[in-house]
Amino acid sequence: MSRAVSTADVNVFAAGRLPRLAPWAVLIGSWLAMAALFALLNMGGAVEDFNIVGAILIGTVIYAVVIWILSALVEGKRQATDRLITALVSLAFVIALLPLISLLFTVISNGVARFDLQYFSYSMRGVIGEGGGAIHAIYGTLLMTLAATVISVPIGLMTSVYLVEYGRGRLARAITFLVDVMTGIPSIVAGLFAYAVFVIFFGPGISLGIMGSVALSVLMIPVVVRSSEELLKLVPNELREASYALGVPKWLTIVKVVLPTAIAGIATGVTLAIARVIGETAPLLITAGFTASLNTNLFNGNMMSLPVFVYSQYANPGTTPDAAIARAWAGALTLIIIVMLLNLIARLIARFFAPKTNR
Amino acid sequence: MTTTVTKDETEAPSGAGLRSKGRPGDKIFSGTALGAGIIILLVLAAVTAFLIIESIPAFTEDPEDNPILQGRSFFEYAGPLVFGTIWASFLALLLATPLALGIALFISHYAPRRIAAGLGYIVDLLAAVPSVVYGLWGGITLAGGVQPFYAWLNENLGFVFLFSGDLSATGRTILTAGIVLAVMVLPIMTAICREVFLQAPTLHEEAALALGATRWEMIKMAVLPFARGGIVSAMMLALGRALGETMAVTMVLSVAGAVTFQLVTPSNPTTIPANIALSFPEAFGTGVNALIATGLVLFIVTFAVNAFARYFVNRRAEFSGAN
Repeated sequence: MSRAVSTADVNVFAAGRLPRLAPWAVLIGSWLAMAALFALLNMGGAVEDFNIVGAILIGTVIYAVVIWILSALVEGKRQATDRLITALVSLAFVIALLPLISLLFTVISNGVARFDLQYFSYSMRGVIGEGGGAIHAIYGTLLMTLAATVISVPIGLMTSVYLVEYGRGRLARAITFLVDVMTGIPSIVAGLFAYAVFVIFFGPGISLGIMGSVALSVLMIPVVVRSSEELLKLVPNELREASYALGVPKWLTIVKVVLPTAIAGIATGVTLAIARVIGETAPLLITAGFTASLNTNLFNGNMMSLPVFVYSQYANPGTTPDAAIARAWAGALTLIIIVMLLNLIARLIARFFAPKTNR
Repeated sequence: MTTTVTKDETEAPSGAGLRSKGRPGDKIFSGTALGAGIIILLVLAAVTAFLIIESIPAFTEDPEDNPILQGRSFFEYAGPLVFGTIWASFLALLLATPLALGIALFISHYAPRRIAAGLGYIVDLLAAVPSVVYGLWGGITLAGGVQPFYAWLNENLGFVFLFSGDLSATGRTILTAGIVLAVMVLPIMTAICREVFLQAPTLHEEAALALGATRWEMIKMAVLPFARGGIVSAMMLALGRALGETMAVTMVLSVAGAVTFQLVTPSNPTTIPANIALSFPEAFGTGVNALIATGLVLFIVTFAVNAFARYFVNRRAEFSGAN
């Protein structure tokens, strides 16, 4: 700062700065340099494939170093640190994208091989080796998730109504806190719980679809409570007061005024909760077990689900590992599509059925 | 039901005198709502109670007859599993924390405002992917991809105890499991860090910038000190997730049940949930009870970790709400 005083006629605030486009130029330059290097190595046979991910990653690291040195020379140490951190923070984001891109790419490219009509019309009953499908697993997943939703939504919704409309004092605080903690219950513990409950009543070795639903509801209830609680809180108090002023009882106010106002958001929350539990594997592994046949009775016998199907095809590939792994990838692709669809539906509900407040 | 009735009676005199005291509809509805809330408490109590009841035989029965314990005491059996669980989660946190901080800062303070929300949504996509898909990807794609890198580490840094020992030929080691876990806990950690970074008082940030601080100096002075508590709770919540994550570890790790810090060998420690998932389908008799007892240990640990984290998050929420 003292320099600024002594040389007042020179605009020091503009001096000693890298041009605006310098970081971008350096970034693209280092990417190109790395791409060229990798391409050369590739031609020389040192690296098997042209590795674009490696080129971008190492190029970005080189960018961080180069911009740091440049900035330290031109702008001084403080600016150099700032630019280095900017580069590192952006790098962190790029690194986080890599697994997502890689995962989606591998699942889609490996999954399409068996993503055919047979996959969605055959079960694994009597199938050894190639062929077979996952219809039994898809039925199981849909049935168990549906049952879990039927159990969770009333309990979750009523709990959030209690917390927002009635709950005061210690009990409400305890429930809020425990719901938060419940969201962190490991899924396998939920499975063990369902198993332990049913074992006491039905004896050891029990394995039913409904047990899977109970385990899933333990995981689903806290999600439903949290999301609907947030939304019920958003309902303006004026609406409630207007209803009370007309002499409407409290419970009718909730049923006819509060819940309809928040229903779009609640539906969004429930859809997201379904998306969360539909991919759960561990609790179903313990409670609903494995089967190769179609079973549509929740109260009788083992029931396959899509995630468990993927796991079992991967873990016990049998005599034709390639066919089994292909089935696993196709199952993974189906799961991802289901989850993404549910997320999309949730967003659409939120957008199109949102209460029209500004009228 | 009884509690509701007494509650209404005690409230009625203090509330507006004009309010009607006992519409049956009101009583039934509030009773149902209260009942649902109490069901949640009951479920948590039942989880604990049933797990304890089913665990008892693992301690009382003779371990010689137990197909899982095979003569060992329960604690000898659970010790290596506890070690593996903590070690894998530690690796995951070690990898995920700097990344999550970077991403959260990028979204909250570096990215242009217009695209920040979209970037946050992309990171949240990572949370939507089912764990079994992570397992499949980690066990096949990632393990194969990082194996040459492990070979390099083993060859050049083999003198460090972390990378010594035999080299895994498949890449399905505890380090790979740690990487997959790190990817899986990134979204929750990023989401919470982002929230607390955004809550940092704007006036402090602007004051720092006005005094001539660079962006990083502003973040160091105004944002990070404010967010320290939030970062800790984000780490704790992520730890809770990592401790309980089952399928990714089950499918990625080739298990030997060893107690070792070596990261790239074929003999790896295993984790409690992965062990349950692997052994449960074949378990019988008191072996099931032993596995449930390990599940109880996991439940208690994750409950404690989550309760601690939530306590801090909630305290923070009240604090920032008052601002």
